[in-house]
Amino acid sequence: MSSDQMSSPARTSPVRPASGWVFMASELSVLFRRRRTWALLLALAAIPILIAIAVRLTSGPPSGRGPAFLDQITQNGQFVSVTALTVAIPLFLPLTVGVVAGDTIAGEASSGTLRYLLVAPVGRARLLVVKYAAAAIFCLSGTLAVAVTGTLIGAALFPVGPVTLLSGDTIGVGESLLRTFLICAYVTVSLLGLCAVGLFISTLTDVPVGAMAATVVVAVISQVLGQLPQLEWIHPWLLSQYWFGFADLLREPIEWSSFGSNALLQAGYVVVFGALAYGRFTSRDILA
Amino acid sequence: MSAADLQTAGSALADPVVQTHRLTKRFGAQTVVDGIDLSVPRGSVFGFLGPNGSGKTTTIRILLGLAAATSGEVHVLGQAIPRHLPNVLPRVGALVEGPGFYPFLSGRANLRRLDAADRFVSPSTRRSRVETALERVGLSHAAGKKVGAYSLGMKQRLGIANALLTHRDLIVLDEPTNGLDPQGTREVRHLVRSLTAEGTTVFVSSHLLAEVEQICSHVAVLRAGRLVAQGTLDEVRGAGQKLLQVLTPDVELAHQVLAGVGLIAEGQLHDHHDYHDGSPRISVPLPADFPPDRIATALVSAGVRINGFSVEQAGLEDLFVALTGEGFDVVQ
Repeated sequence: MSSDQMSSPARTSPVRPASGWVFMASELSVLFRRRRTWALLLALAAIPILIAIAVRLTSGPPSGRGPAFLDQITQNGQFVSVTALTVAIPLFLPLTVGVVAGDTIAGEASSGTLRYLLVAPVGRARLLVVKYAAAAIFCLSGTLAVAVTGTLIGAALFPVGPVTLLSGDTIGVGESLLRTFLICAYVTVSLLGLCAVGLFISTLTDVPVGAMAATVVVAVISQVLGQLPQLEWIHPWLLSQYWFGFADLLREPIEWSSFGSNALLQAGYVVVFGALAYGRFTSRDILA
Repeated sequence: MSAADLQTAGSALADPVVQTHRLTKRFGAQTVVDGIDLSVPRGSVFGFLGPNGSGKTTTIRILLGLAAATSGEVHVLGQAIPRHLPNVLPRVGALVEGPGFYPFLSGRANLRRLDAADRFVSPSTRRSRVETALERVGLSHAAGKKVGAYSLGMKQRLGIANALLTHRDLIVLDEPTNGLDPQGTREVRHLVRSLTAEGTTVFVSSHLLAEVEQICSHVAVLRAGRLVAQGTLDEVRGAGQKLLQVLTPDVELAHQVLAGVGLIAEGQLHDHHDYHDGSPRISVPLPADFPPDRIATALVSAGVRINGFSVEQAGLEDLFVALTGEGFDVVQ
């Protein structure tokens, strides 16, 4: 009784809750201590390596076929990262983002940790925000894995020098690294909407693989719809509408409009699917 | 502080730690928890009993805010659930429906992760609290191993350790001895006693009645979503019937005598005897107001040879079967 009485008042009104950063750091450490996360990043990093080696081994006159920027690689290694990003955007990046975003809530549910996190307690809204933030950081990591590896292998295998932009102007190496970083930011932003879709799907099920697959399917369907001219009216609303718009960052002066439209569209997806995820997750019984 | 305030504070302490009023949970057309009124006194070790599928875990999920009640009221630590969950949960430790951990992290890292999720504990004491909890469940030596390599019993211990990371006013243990060896089971008993000594109320759900009988001060029995008994262990056991047992070679004669005093209905003579260590045994439920000596006298005067004569309080297990039905049929 006495120990009860002494300890109770101290805990009845929880004093000075710690900031959310402790849990955010813990979430990131769990994400990046997983072998799966590193396998995904390594798979992404392998793309520029494969491209660079293939181009190096088969040096010949430019054929004009293949992904954008491929032909420029032999002249300037800095194009490896841009080429690799172009290759990764339609499938590989959405695939890895689908795995991480689809796993957010469903993965915790299937391992049984969701109920313990909620009882710990982590508020449901807070858990969603932290999970989304961690998935967004993974988007950036994935993009950087492609770009950084591409830059390094490009510099190792090919000459590096001033870059001729799409507008015909020439910029130095430092400026071109900055542009590469801007492209990474663009690609990361492009994936944020998909991330929110994955988070929402993840709140619907306790089977992480299902949520992952469904998220990837959404990315694929969006691109298929984008290919159909009959559905032109829907195109401005598609998740993948501006995915390849980053070429505008390779002009002088930089054409920011596609960056802005992309950011706006993705923000719309984040708001809508974030709200759906919130509505679903905060009202749902956790039975797993 | 005024006298009225003091009185409120005093009655708050006397309030039940868990109280539900007509708590009901339906999944579609199926009613899983059906209007139960639980009352868990402060400082008790409360045994929550019931067959598989009787609604124990669902009730626990509602108490912890994991599931929402269809109707009814729930108060935990004096505060309404789910409205005041953020105030209540930091004071509650729980093991719900088996342990759940990240298999790719060590036991220690798992506990640190869950502790980091609790904003109301001090990060500076995290390491020492995690080590203490691991030590309390005897996992210190395996703390660095990945949980994926743990046995079921070790995971169960880790799950209990998670509930002990900081001082709690209420600890909910759902089937705590699942997968534990006899030593582990004993350790859980000791642990529960030490928790009670620290002023923690312990709410244990179980179907292991011998366990419950040994550690609980109060019990509630759930059957098909309804509460069929609740009270102190003695109250609930007292409601059960006494059992008269007679060891005798003269089964026929004894039966006639017992029928004569009205303990056995005619025509059921042979339903009441079995064999115990090779000698025939007659077991008859004994009404509370029936003096046993009258039976003994009647048996002896009729010339029945008696090798043993006893009146026993029905055990929790007999009571449990009486309350929840026999056999493997899960009530739908």
